[in-house]
Amino acid sequence: MARGKAVEVYNVSKRFGSYQALDQVSFTIHENEFFTLLGPSGCGKTTLLRMIAGFESPSEGAILLNGAEIETLPPHRRRVNTVFQSYALFPHMTLAQNIAFGLENLGWDRKRREARVAEMLELVHMTQFAARRPAQLSGGQRQRIALARALAPEPQVLLLDEPLSALDLKLRQAMRDELRSLQKKTGITFIFVTHDQEEALDMSDRICVLGEGRIQQLGTPAEIYEDPENRFVADFIGETNFLAAEVLSVEGDMARIRTPFGLEITARQKGLTGPGPATLSLRPEKIGMQSQADGHVLQGTVRGRNYMGGFTHYTVDVAGQPLRVSRRNALSHAESFEPGQTVSLGFREDSARVLAQ
Amino acid sequence: MSAPAHDIRRYPGARLVTAVFFLWLYLPIAVVIWFSFNENRLVSVWTGFSTQWYAAALQNKALMDALRVSLTVAVIATIGATAIALMAAMVLSRAPSKRIYKLSEAVVNLPLMLPEIVVAVAVLILFSQLGIANGMVKLTLAHTAFCTPFAFLPIRARLQGMSRDFEEAAQDLYATPLTAFRRVTLPMIAPGVFAGAMLAFVMSMDDFITSNMLNSGGSTTLPVYIFSLIKRGTTPELNAISTLMILVSLAIATIALAMSARAMRRDL
Repeated sequence: MARGKAVEVYNVSKRFGSYQALDQVSFTIHENEFFTLLGPSGCGKTTLLRMIAGFESPSEGAILLNGAEIETLPPHRRRVNTVFQSYALFPHMTLAQNIAFGLENLGWDRKRREARVAEMLELVHMTQFAARRPAQLSGGQRQRIALARALAPEPQVLLLDEPLSALDLKLRQAMRDELRSLQKKTGITFIFVTHDQEEALDMSDRICVLGEGRIQQLGTPAEIYEDPENRFVADFIGETNFLAAEVLSVEGDMARIRTPFGLEITARQKGLTGPGPATLSLRPEKIGMQSQADGHVLQGTVRGRNYMGGFTHYTVDVAGQPLRVSRRNALSHAESFEPGQTVSLGFREDSARVLAQ
Repeated sequence: MSAPAHDIRRYPGARLVTAVFFLWLYLPIAVVIWFSFNENRLVSVWTGFSTQWYAAALQNKALMDALRVSLTVAVIATIGATAIALMAAMVLSRAPSKRIYKLSEAVVNLPLMLPEIVVAVAVLILFSQLGIANGMVKLTLAHTAFCTPFAFLPIRARLQGMSRDFEEAAQDLYATPLTAFRRVTLPMIAPGVFAGAMLAFVMSMDDFITSNMLNSGGSTTLPVYIFSLIKRGTTPELNAISTLMILVSLAIATIALAMSARAMRRDL
């Protein structure tokens, strides 16, 4: 499906004094896409969002909204709306007034405004609270009103700045589904900023991983998780075992390497050009234990065990090298391993990844 | 609401200290009010209850003139000082921290630090140099100047406590900077603006040194007039005037407290 471009970011850099917040960042966000900017704090993701909203301007580069340059437009002339991390609901206005605020500024007449406010309250299941003030709401309800307020003027793009970070765990989970379905229902492009990789994997069509002011990887959640571009991404998304490895030869996107256990394997590689030191990344859930040991089999000793309910995480010592292994507690009688016990581990070549050091 | 564990009332002697404190603070005022109802012409000799001094005060033309001057000056100075303070606070709390802004803030607050007599002499000399002769104009200008920092402080505090997110949210929702100020910033800092205006008003009404220095026919303020009465010996009329002023102050303070309490509840 050919989709229009909602936001185009071209070679955007941002410096605050001597601090380089963003360095030559370029990407395109499609219409009707749930796009996530993911990265640790200080990676420049919020700065990027504020540039699209108009609260910061790039030191270099350009940002296009629906194909048009927006640099010269002040925030109130950009057809984008923001859900702030603090929600920033106006405390002196009722919820209905909060939602109507943007519509009034756009010059909608009263009748159209009232209809839209009612529609938005309905959309976020808050109709009966219309006359309340923000102070009388719970965190989750405030979040919904902030969403309704930002969606009401039918923006071309909705910006969400860590909107779930102030909610408790249970609510956060529910709001994820709600956000996702709101995006599908409204068909508006969502740009979501978060440092929570689980949120990003769960909700996004595509994720842009930012680190140290640069794009580390851009792709679908599965691409980012399964085929990380580099160590930063493999480390930041999910959990993994990093092992020092030696590259023997590189052929296209495959590399022949020697692992610390003496094994020689051929696995998918990223960023390598020839022989030399590299990193082997092996995800804990891709290592099988005992009866599930498959592929290359190693012997190890259980050192630690963390029971997590649905999963049990083991730390297994293999030739002096600790390996994290995650095992799903699928059956009530699933085997359990005691610290000190000798176990066999197995992994398949196609689930291992070789990355530049 | 239950008393917290560290309730101050549980400390030994708390009640006694509190009682002495309030007595020390309010006994003189109570005496003033008490003797304002004294029938006797001599202030400190009680002979019987009477409201005649109130009637006398309200019929005293010089007193009423002084009250009118004070109110006119205070109202104009309050409006002027609050407007200037509001603009200064907006610039100083929303601008990036640069040395020029720190300096500006110090300049705005300078009248608080300077001894009033110095400022009073300075404006007196300035006005005579400029050739401004109208007493009301002189009073209003001077009062606006020294009331500005009093109006500035609460507005500044309120603005600093207000997250910029609200203004950004307003602009994000298509409000021009002016609309954002009018519909979001101003309503949200209203308690601070009101407190600043009240302080400015009270400072202006209360001022003696500057007003006395600029005193001329037709521009005698209430405090200056009262001082002139005392020079001729105190009368219960003076007590009556004072009591009326206390009542007005109480009313204003009550309104101010109620308004800020309402704003606090709203923002929680």
